[in-house]
Amino acid sequence: MEFGLTEEQTMLQQSIDRFLQTNCPLDRVRELTEDGAVHDTETWQGLTDLGVTGLIAPEQYGGLGMSLLDAMLVQEMLGRHVTPVAFTATSVLAALAISRAGTEEQKASWLPGIADGSLQIAVALSEQSGARDNAGLVFEDGTLSGHVLFALGAPEAQVILVNGPDHSLFAVQADAPGVERQALRSIDDTQVIAEFSFSETPATQLQADQALLDQLVDAGRVMLAADTLGAAQHMIEKAVDYAKDRKQFNRVIGSFQAVKHMCAEMAAELEPCRSLVWYSAHAFDDIPDESRLLACHAKAHLAEVGRFVARTATEVHGGMGFTDLMGLHYWFKRIGFNRQILGSPERAREDAARIQGWI
Amino acid sequence: MDLAYGPEYQAYRQQVRDFLESSKEHWPLRSGLGKPNAELRRWQSMLIERGYTARTIPKEYGGYGGEPDILKSRITAEEFTRAGAPGGLAGQGVSMLVPTLLDMGTDEQKQQWIPKTLSGEVLWCQGYSEPGAGSDLASLQTRATEDGDDFIINGQKIWTSTAHEADMIFCLVRTEPDAPKHQGISYLLFPMDTPGIEVRPLNTMTGLAEFNEVFFTDVRVPKSSIVGERGQGWLVANATLKHERGMLGDPNTAGTRLSLIIKLMQEETVDGSSLMENPVLRDRLLRLQSQVLAMQFNGLRLLSSSIKGESAGIARLIVKLQGCELNHQLAALAIDCYGELGILYHGSPRLRARGNWQRQYMFDLGLIIGGGTAQIQKNIISERGLGMPREPKPASPAVKSMAGS
Repeated sequence: MEFGLTEEQTMLQQSIDRFLQTNCPLDRVRELTEDGAVHDTETWQGLTDLGVTGLIAPEQYGGLGMSLLDAMLVQEMLGRHVTPVAFTATSVLAALAISRAGTEEQKASWLPGIADGSLQIAVALSEQSGARDNAGLVFEDGTLSGHVLFALGAPEAQVILVNGPDHSLFAVQADAPGVERQALRSIDDTQVIAEFSFSETPATQLQADQALLDQLVDAGRVMLAADTLGAAQHMIEKAVDYAKDRKQFNRVIGSFQAVKHMCAEMAAELEPCRSLVWYSAHAFDDIPDESRLLACHAKAHLAEVGRFVARTATEVHGGMGFTDLMGLHYWFKRIGFNRQILGSPERAREDAARIQGWI
Repeated sequence: MDLAYGPEYQAYRQQVRDFLESSKEHWPLRSGLGKPNAELRRWQSMLIERGYTARTIPKEYGGYGGEPDILKSRITAEEFTRAGAPGGLAGQGVSMLVPTLLDMGTDEQKQQWIPKTLSGEVLWCQGYSEPGAGSDLASLQTRATEDGDDFIINGQKIWTSTAHEADMIFCLVRTEPDAPKHQGISYLLFPMDTPGIEVRPLNTMTGLAEFNEVFFTDVRVPKSSIVGERGQGWLVANATLKHERGMLGDPNTAGTRLSLIIKLMQEETVDGSSLMENPVLRDRLLRLQSQVLAMQFNGLRLLSSSIKGESAGIARLIVKLQGCELNHQLAALAIDCYGELGILYHGSPRLRARGNWQRQYMFDLGLIIGGGTAQIQKNIISERGLGMPREPKPASPAVKSMAGS
């Protein structure tokens, strides 16, 4: 019995951490996102060299065929460094969708590109967790029409995976006739989202069903929870460091119990979250009966604890926490973004109630 | 990640199950922390014989004499919970004094007290807190002065559960009034029927007297009753407190409570509808379920770290704080689910669940405060877990002048 990370997993996480610290520090994130959200292709190339982009794609297509637990550990580090790359969309959700519901031909045409980092795929699943503004698609005569909101993935994505009517999943070429992409600008400029509209756009159908769509939502929720875990952990560390350094009334503020207790409360709330996220990823990989419920809880609980940590850590920094100079708001906003995407906590808990047959 | 226990442990699990299945006629009706009756003591001896309790305590002291095996201990606990079987004795003598004596006692003390404590022949109470020494336990003022081969004890203890029926007390007293406060304390063991001891029940908000006050007036105790050296009582006591904080905040308690509330919400109705149909109550239930799961998995992580002999750091330091608060929130939800029925108490007509939820809601507040308050826990988490500085201390007044005031 072992509930923890293997040595390889710890090393994977450390190497991503070091890479991002050196190659994509906050200064770079600031510069890149000055005019809105982008996908950082240079960092993406570096991650490709580390093998990260092909983590989930099966080995026969050039990937590593690793688990969601491994991918989750990468995403935690991306959250920790507020890295502007669309890892979850292409490397996790698209890789899972295509390898589980693609035909041989579809797998052969897309998975190698996912693995070698050359292909970007946007994923539009948000209608699975509630359609806003009448979003939705119709499929007639082999073409899709309508619009989808909050698609995750790079602006340069060559392919779009969209959830269609009756639990269906389609792949659309971004340059196909009738496709229009409109960037949506969110609080968080480190993650890209967009709206796509289609007008009689030719689309290729995958062999999806509700179970597959559920799996994609579950995987997405676990990844968002992991991202928040990494971002929140970073915010606690920043707050503790600041409190040990900043002096008022001739004392470091970290020696005041009012401040210490804020830090202790953040740590006490976040630490059990680590085990919850680990378990939810492990359940996705190996305990299918528990997978859906745990993904809902991980998503909902990390959203709640993340929000608490984001505001408390900012408060520990006093006025400086509120400034752009300190840059703490990048993490604050990343956590705020993750909270709503693929289901707010209330929505995820409602799903959890349904999964347990309570309603 | 590998949550499987392996074949050796599967076999062990089956063995525990078989035992519990075949021993139902011996299950004692009454359990709890008080003085064990003959039935409970017979059950205790059956459990020790099989290593289901007192597993790692050497045979010569009345234990099972097994190697430490965290997984077997956990499997035992899981199977007893699953079967609803009463566990072994768990009073403060068994859970706190015995581990302390094993660490710090002389051979003679171990021989004299551990076997009788494990068998339930001797019941202990703990004399730590005082009216003036709660969170700042080391400022305790109960004095033991020398008189030949004896100490003469004067002072008062509070929060002493089971004192009214205990045979013995393990007690912190100040033997070196001139030493700095942490270095002037000794740890003594003496009988509760020693002349000069008076026990008064302490009624609490629950309507019960779960605790007592204990008064010492010229209580004469031989010097040989000391555990550890004179003036080292603080170290001895800290070894014991560590055991206590492990007991409080157990995530299995929260899991059991959650299951009861789920059942309650499915069975109770208001205006003819099941409570589970109320989206607000349901959302509260699900929020608490997230927290219960997180604490259970945190428990798995602690278990794994223990097996590997690693420190789990903050993951362990937070258990008392988070676990007690979570249990309290669960009791609060249960009361709110019952609504007007939730205020019933004292054996009232229409009372639900024997008034347990109200009692637990009140008693849990005691647990949030006791065993190191929530605020003391936050100090520990921030200082030991996050490396934050201690509160700067004002020039410390000599203990002597405090004690003399």
